[in-house]
Amino acid sequence: MLTTLLLVPIVVAAALFMGMGCRRWAKYSALFQLVLTLLLWLGYNQDKGGYQFVSSSGPLFPGLDLSYSVGVDGFSMVMLLLTALVTVAAVWMSPVIESRSNLFDGSVLLISAGATGAFVAKDLFFFYAFHELALIPTFLLIGFWGSGERQKAAWKITIYLGLGSIILLIGLADLLLSIPEAHRTFDLQKLQEVAASHLIPAVAQVRPWILLTVGFGILISLFPFHSWAAPAYASAPTPVAMLHSGVLKKFGLYGMVRLVVPFLPQAFTQPVLGTWTAQDLLLAALLGNILYVGLVTIAQKKLDYVIGNSSVMHMGYIFLGIASLNIVGLSGACLLMFAHGLSAAALFAICGALREREGSLSFERLGGAAKTIPFLGICFAMATFASIGLPGFANFASETMVFFGGFNPGASTFMKTTTILSLWGVVISAVYMLRAYKAVFLGAPTNASLKWTDLEGTAKFALALLPIALLFGGFFPRYFLSYLKPTLEAALR
Amino acid sequence: MFPPILLEILVLVTGFVLLLAESFSTSTSKRSLASIGIFSLGWVFALSFFVSSAPAAVDAGSYWNFYSADSVSLLFKRIALLTTMGVLVMALDYESVLAKNIPSSRPGAGTGEFFILPLFTCAGLMLLASAVDLVLAFAALELVTISFYVMVAYMRRSHASLEAGVKYLILGALSTGFFVFGITWIFGITGETHFAKIALKMASVQHSDVAILFALVLVLVGLGFKVAAVPFQNWVPDVYQGAPTPVTAFLSVGSKAAGFLLLLRVLEPFLGVSSLAPKILLVLAFLAGATLVFGNLAALPQNNLKRLLSYSSIGHAGYLLMAVACVGTARSGFGSVGSTVGFYLFAYLLMTLLGFIIFSLVSTHSKGEEIHHFNGLAKRSPLLAFGLLVSMSSLAGVPLTAGFYGKFLVFAQAVNSGHWVLLSLGVVTVGAGFYFYLRVVAAMYWNEPSESAPIPVSFLTKTVITLLVAGIFFFGINPKPVLAAFQQTAIQSAKAPSH
Repeated sequence: MLTTLLLVPIVVAAALFMGMGCRRWAKYSALFQLVLTLLLWLGYNQDKGGYQFVSSSGPLFPGLDLSYSVGVDGFSMVMLLLTALVTVAAVWMSPVIESRSNLFDGSVLLISAGATGAFVAKDLFFFYAFHELALIPTFLLIGFWGSGERQKAAWKITIYLGLGSIILLIGLADLLLSIPEAHRTFDLQKLQEVAASHLIPAVAQVRPWILLTVGFGILISLFPFHSWAAPAYASAPTPVAMLHSGVLKKFGLYGMVRLVVPFLPQAFTQPVLGTWTAQDLLLAALLGNILYVGLVTIAQKKLDYVIGNSSVMHMGYIFLGIASLNIVGLSGACLLMFAHGLSAAALFAICGALREREGSLSFERLGGAAKTIPFLGICFAMATFASIGLPGFANFASETMVFFGGFNPGASTFMKTTTILSLWGVVISAVYMLRAYKAVFLGAPTNASLKWTDLEGTAKFALALLPIALLFGGFFPRYFLSYLKPTLEAALR
Repeated sequence: MFPPILLEILVLVTGFVLLLAESFSTSTSKRSLASIGIFSLGWVFALSFFVSSAPAAVDAGSYWNFYSADSVSLLFKRIALLTTMGVLVMALDYESVLAKNIPSSRPGAGTGEFFILPLFTCAGLMLLASAVDLVLAFAALELVTISFYVMVAYMRRSHASLEAGVKYLILGALSTGFFVFGITWIFGITGETHFAKIALKMASVQHSDVAILFALVLVLVGLGFKVAAVPFQNWVPDVYQGAPTPVTAFLSVGSKAAGFLLLLRVLEPFLGVSSLAPKILLVLAFLAGATLVFGNLAALPQNNLKRLLSYSSIGHAGYLLMAVACVGTARSGFGSVGSTVGFYLFAYLLMTLLGFIIFSLVSTHSKGEEIHHFNGLAKRSPLLAFGLLVSMSSLAGVPLTAGFYGKFLVFAQAVNSGHWVLLSLGVVTVGAGFYFYLRVVAAMYWNEPSESAPIPVSFLTKTVITLLVAGIFFFGINPKPVLAAFQQTAIQSAKAPSH
């Protein structure tokens, strides 16, 4: 079942590459993915918990417990839902492509397949490998169909992510090799149990912690490894920016929660740099995300750069939730991964739609668009409010949990200080997002914006999925949290 | 079940028969020679699954004690056969270029040997895979090298090819000299030429460390030339660029595989001397680091794809040496060093051959070897562009390709042995690799083509390209068929000495 979910986009992409079919095929593939994911979601037995829909190929590596095996637990289920939602919106919001549109659509599907693969993989090797399935398609898409300094951005993101991945690979090898041989396995389910028995001594946890955090950190655009993200998202074609910032970036966070938190919890309190513990370093870095990148975002003059930078900034909150190492903070972080994925994808989708209509996204050339394109305006407003963290949206629920998790009685002083400082991030994001909304949609319509036309047909439904899911998550966060909780409790054991 | 030596005999016999047939045939088309060669090698490959694998008997009485047919050597024989078949397919496509560069009375004359010589190289590689005695190893290595001398300089009208031939001949002969000198030192110290017996003597008999180290350095210099390790890499770019493309591919795969196999075999006795093992590994680590950095960084500014691939070949020698530098020190986990090197070579074979096949086709039709000649290939010939994309991704180490699995194993070995300096160099070079390999991809997919005519591809070549692409993905997901061969009889050198 999960293998089907994974293979359908790959097969459709292969067919598209061979010159068969058209964009409609990509749409069907995305719809199929969403329907199947919803069926899986409903079919997931919460009382039983743990990994379900498991299937495995048997060992692929003589002498090692490495196999192609897939399965989902509550946490991966939530991520899978995010992937399917964003994929549908991304395929529908793809711009009209004149040259080699099949290559475009196929590559978009491959990015989605890569993310799906990473989330359904129950084997560490394939978890890692599937994520990079997206690397080459991203490179091709940004470099050929991107806008602005597309080639420069494509090189930057590819080399940055390539470096991040190789550091991550070394970190994963180091982590596995620090587990005593009798317990060594690539199976994530078994690893969960291994982690619970805490077999790695505290001192030995520091090195893999640093490698993994830097490796994942580069993929997530953790400060100071964030400089690839904003230019890449600004130049990327709409569906790539949506999938990458919405879904693929969550791979790194997913990995932090799956591996770093359960295996290396004691590393957080070990001194790394002088008296600074690993946790302190992480907090300093995430403050960089929230405050420094936040201020950078305010200074931006173009809509795509505002959204690109804001996507980097919000990673800080998720890291704060992870660094808090308690169930409240961690649940908040995971829910925020879901919520941010939706809101970032929605913002990039509308940003792309505007670029298709206008070409340039400088604020001085935009204005008054709410009159001519009301539907896009409403969606943008909702995504903006969600992104700021207005009550009613999933982002509010999760950010609140992150802050509660960070400011708990047991936390260190630095942790509490960081939480208080992070709260100001909400103000910062309100400043730049509302300004962006005002500049684009309010005021007197410019000559250009009078000629714009609103979204039409099924694309409306595809885009509307994202804010609806955000609202649903905001009103019923518990529905998602009940899926997340068992995995996270196991991770914190 | 057949005796394993039958495989080499069959290849050699085919070679001789074809040579004779070539000299007596009046037909101007020599293409059938290559086809027969491919066909016969295919049969030998099939036959290799029906031979009785038996490790060599070490006892002194046995005449055949220099020849081992364990499953690892069988695997290497198959690799040699596959490589040669790929090279012959390339040679068929390369015939037009070849014919232009050979002075001849009538068109097509003089190309025959070009299709036959690879068979002898192949026989040499196969013998080398089984050699567990320095004398046979040396003889086999020379069979490989001497046939390369001829093939590199084959295009007599091309200055580049002649220059390459001279460079390869002189430096190759020099390195052979070093290697033989090393062998005599080893014989002088131990009085043996059989690897297992050398190991026994070295571990038990008292002798000066300096003598052993000197012998090792000589051998390392000799083999360093073969595998293109820095600082013995100087010949590589010019020779690779000047040689006919099929020969370049063969050099880069076959010569490297031979060198590394021999290196692992030769190292084992030396590492058995516990007082020397750390020093030897340090030397290897230095070689690995230098090779990694030089190969990958020097590839960055290259605009000629053939030259780029030659630097990449040096870079990959660096990754392989990185694994070799872990011999004996690794804690258990992620298989042995021998299986890592073996798998890496296998993956390298698939992706390099694929790359060179497509390079050869495109450069012949675009009349140039620069990267910009590949502009817009995705529009002209989507299959070729996709094949080259897969090859370059695999060389760069993108997951789900065989090349990634190789790199994964190498890095895991290095982590296991605690080679943190090498690993940090490795991170930098992998980053560099992403740049220079993807430059080719960018040219093919981002840029507009200067010519729009699609490149004609023969059915045979199409099949080979498809098979190689499928192989790269298959072994990138399921490496078991290759790795399992190493499980049955671990390569001797990979056994971790117990200290």
